[in-house]
Amino acid sequence: AMAEQKFRVRARALVCVFVCVVMCGCGRDDFQEELVIRPLHSGDIYTSFQFRTLWETDFTRENKVSHYRLFPKSLGQVISKFSVRELHISFTQGYWRTMQWGQPYLPSPPGAELWVWFQDSLTDVDGTWKELTNVLSGIFCASLNFIDSTNTVQPSASFKPLGIGNVTDHRFLRYATLPREIVCTENLTPWKKLLPCGSKAGLAVLLKSEKLFHSSFHSQAVHIRPVCKDDQCKTTSWELRQTLNVVFDLHNSGQGKNEWSLFKMFSRTLTEACPVASSSKIYIDITDNSQGEQFELSPATPLLSQAVVLGDRRTFSVYDLTQQITFGTMRSLNLLIRGKSSDMLRPLLHAERYVAGYGLQTGEIHTLMYNNHPYRSFPVLLLDSVPWYLRLYIHTLTVTSKGKDNKPSYIHYQPSKDRVRPHLLEMLVQLPPNSVTEVTLQFERALLKWTEYTPDPNHGFYVGSSVISSLVPSIVAMDTNNSRERPLFSSFFPSKEESSYFVRVYTEPLLVNLPTPDFSMPYNVICLTCTVVAVGYGSLYNLLTRSFQIEEPSPGLAKRIANIIRKMRGVPPL
Amino acid sequence: MKIHHFLSLFSTYFLVDGVNIEDRAGQFFSSGHTNNWAVLVCTSRFWFNYRHVANTLSVYRSVKRLGIPDSHIVLMLADDMACNHRNPKPATVFSHKNMELNVYGDDVEVDYRGYEVTVENFLRILTGRLPPSTPRSKRLLSDDRSNILIYLTGHGGNGFLKFQDSEEISNVELADAFEQMWQKRRYNELLFIIDTCQGASMYERFYSPNLMALASSQVGEDSLSHQPDLAIGVHLMDRYTFYLLEFLEDIHPASKTNMNDLFKVCPKSQCVSTPGHRTDLFLRDPGSVLITDFFGSVRKVELTMETINLTDPIEQLESAESGELQKEMHTYADQLPVSEIIHQKPKQKDWHPPDGFILGLWTLILLVFFQTYGVKHLKHIF
Repeated sequence: AMAEQKFRVRARALVCVFVCVVMCGCGRDDFQEELVIRPLHSGDIYTSFQFRTLWETDFTRENKVSHYRLFPKSLGQVISKFSVRELHISFTQGYWRTMQWGQPYLPSPPGAELWVWFQDSLTDVDGTWKELTNVLSGIFCASLNFIDSTNTVQPSASFKPLGIGNVTDHRFLRYATLPREIVCTENLTPWKKLLPCGSKAGLAVLLKSEKLFHSSFHSQAVHIRPVCKDDQCKTTSWELRQTLNVVFDLHNSGQGKNEWSLFKMFSRTLTEACPVASSSKIYIDITDNSQGEQFELSPATPLLSQAVVLGDRRTFSVYDLTQQITFGTMRSLNLLIRGKSSDMLRPLLHAERYVAGYGLQTGEIHTLMYNNHPYRSFPVLLLDSVPWYLRLYIHTLTVTSKGKDNKPSYIHYQPSKDRVRPHLLEMLVQLPPNSVTEVTLQFERALLKWTEYTPDPNHGFYVGSSVISSLVPSIVAMDTNNSRERPLFSSFFPSKEESSYFVRVYTEPLLVNLPTPDFSMPYNVICLTCTVVAVGYGSLYNLLTRSFQIEEPSPGLAKRIANIIRKMRGVPPL
Repeated sequence: MKIHHFLSLFSTYFLVDGVNIEDRAGQFFSSGHTNNWAVLVCTSRFWFNYRHVANTLSVYRSVKRLGIPDSHIVLMLADDMACNHRNPKPATVFSHKNMELNVYGDDVEVDYRGYEVTVENFLRILTGRLPPSTPRSKRLLSDDRSNILIYLTGHGGNGFLKFQDSEEISNVELADAFEQMWQKRRYNELLFIIDTCQGASMYERFYSPNLMALASSQVGEDSLSHQPDLAIGVHLMDRYTFYLLEFLEDIHPASKTNMNDLFKVCPKSQCVSTPGHRTDLFLRDPGSVLITDFFGSVRKVELTMETINLTDPIEQLESAESGELQKEMHTYADQLPVSEIIHQKPKQKDWHPPDGFILGLWTLILLVFFQTYGVKHLKHIF
């Protein structure tokens, strides 16, 4: 069956290539796949899959695109029908621990997050947003239809478009998170079906749900944006990136030995690259291991590559899956990494958030932002979206760094409307070097109507993560030529200047308890009221409307016999 | 159709040899359905109701194995057990102890999950009254030639089924929903299976034709769970569905077992409760109804000998790019333009006419003013 499947995929790829060559060469699409493995200093291991499809086509023209090859048709139809300019959706299980794992290549908050830039030709953005979330909930088998106006915000300065384009009018941006959304195999299955090779060939054969979800962190995302096709950047092509980030826990995955292999992580090994991929590579981060003293990598590979990513120049060992010699004589690749990585540098920016206070009436949200750079300060844009049932008091907002007041240079606050809109708070804060900046805000909890509670209200209600966007000073010069061929993991965020790179950090989501009523009370009240009405009113009604008659009680048996005898004798009865 | 069926039965008895193929062809067309749908609902939330999710997933697995595709299955799970943090083996849901059979599998598509599983959504799916933006995978797009299998499991009582610990559906509502489906011609035949305590009370009120119902227990009886798994810590399956799954594992897409065998699943000795069934509303004889009529999927194949001319392939239009396209360079947007943000003017909000309250307040002020000072002051304004 395996050989047959391989043959079928190969045959399909050949037919596709043939057909493409025969038809006019307009709008060729290109698929690349990549896996980056980074051993972490705690013994855990971070793997990041990226699958990118580039297609030079125009979804916005009148004649609908009808011939899809590598680009999935369901997403193409979504782009053209809803006039989408950029779409970013991610599903995450777990929280990214920046202090232990460093910065991720692609950040994502716990739960589901969706942000979309629409084309500026669209007139009804809110209606289209609602339809789009419903359609996406069907595509990804997630309850994205719970995204409505009560959890959607329109950021005024964060979430600038990641693709090319000149217009940045924030009226066409919508952002929503569902912190409660779970990720499981039912979300992975349709995600895998969007890949050109599915999960049959290439790197996607490693995506087995039983191993992927038995991890500390799992995040899968889809990013669609227009990018430059070449250096001149006169034509645009559409880029679809499907990314999957997993952090495997050392102790969870058994034995506790400091040894990782593809088989141990994914219970599979690689046998071939995806036939329709133009490039299929595995990168292992060996920067801390230049002489091989920290960990050992087998099978050895001569290919080395350097890339500037997250402000640092890192060295990678490269395995090219399109070359047959990578698989060796066994025709299967099982990478083995033995040993631990060295301590990593402290990340320059990280954040925490928690709820302080006691009781079920008031509370205080504290957000802490750490700047770990020894002498440089940098600006940070904090975006907070709080649901309407936590009533924020903005007059209690304080921003302090190193004990002194730190006035933000830009504040945008949109107050909430009960059951219509959440709170939106955006602030541009300058973080002084080597400091902790604390943002505190007091709130009051609202009492919901009894039908608005979820079936498990005692679990609590979630408040979505805060988003902190920042330009962090980099250690080495960043590459500002965005159209050059670079590994996928280093080309996600475009860099405009050499001295800093863009980073986005998400805080923890909050779980707050709202005052919960006793849900058996309606039943109790009905019972009590009915009883009182029945007993009280019923008795009164009976007393008023009944008429009373005197009735002789019937005499006992002995008396009756005596009366009969007396009647026979002719004597008056008793 | 019944006469046709009787004729074919007689022909099998009297003409043994040569008519076998014709007889099988006759049987192929004897049931009136052309497509199969399944609506599988688990209505319980919380970790200790793991067994209800396992019940639903085992029926889902059997139904998929026998041929019904994901696009024709509406799967509703009220809580997530597979990726629950209490699950010692994530992304798995087991039905047999010692973790023998993972019914969750690698290829599962849940259409309604978590808080979406409500009585309202369930009734909307059945009757087809969904908002226009509902995606196809969340709809029951059946027609009058569809055989539908409906499986419900959870906690129930005499005349009701509890949804997610906060609401319930009564047997009268369910019967009315099926009547709506009948009147809108949304099913050809419907098999209703319910595995809850006092399940037989749920089908007592049915009154639409072509309904067959099975329940795991009679009124006044409790349906019991099968076996706990000590590693996971909860009961894994309910007895009735456990033996139903065992029975279905022996069925393959071409098997000829009929409904009478299904009624015999899980007798009182195994199930402790007495399973019940109701066939008086069903027009065909249950002995002639195949299991695969509901659990499997029929693909109607029509053989034709005539040639069909395909139209010419659509010519992909050469996009008139080179001349028309802008010559200016596109650039990536600046991710954090600090100076631009600081000097950002506040957005020009669309002007709305004053709200009712403000309007009323101003009218009151003006009225009081003119009352006190008289109308002659109006000329100072105009």
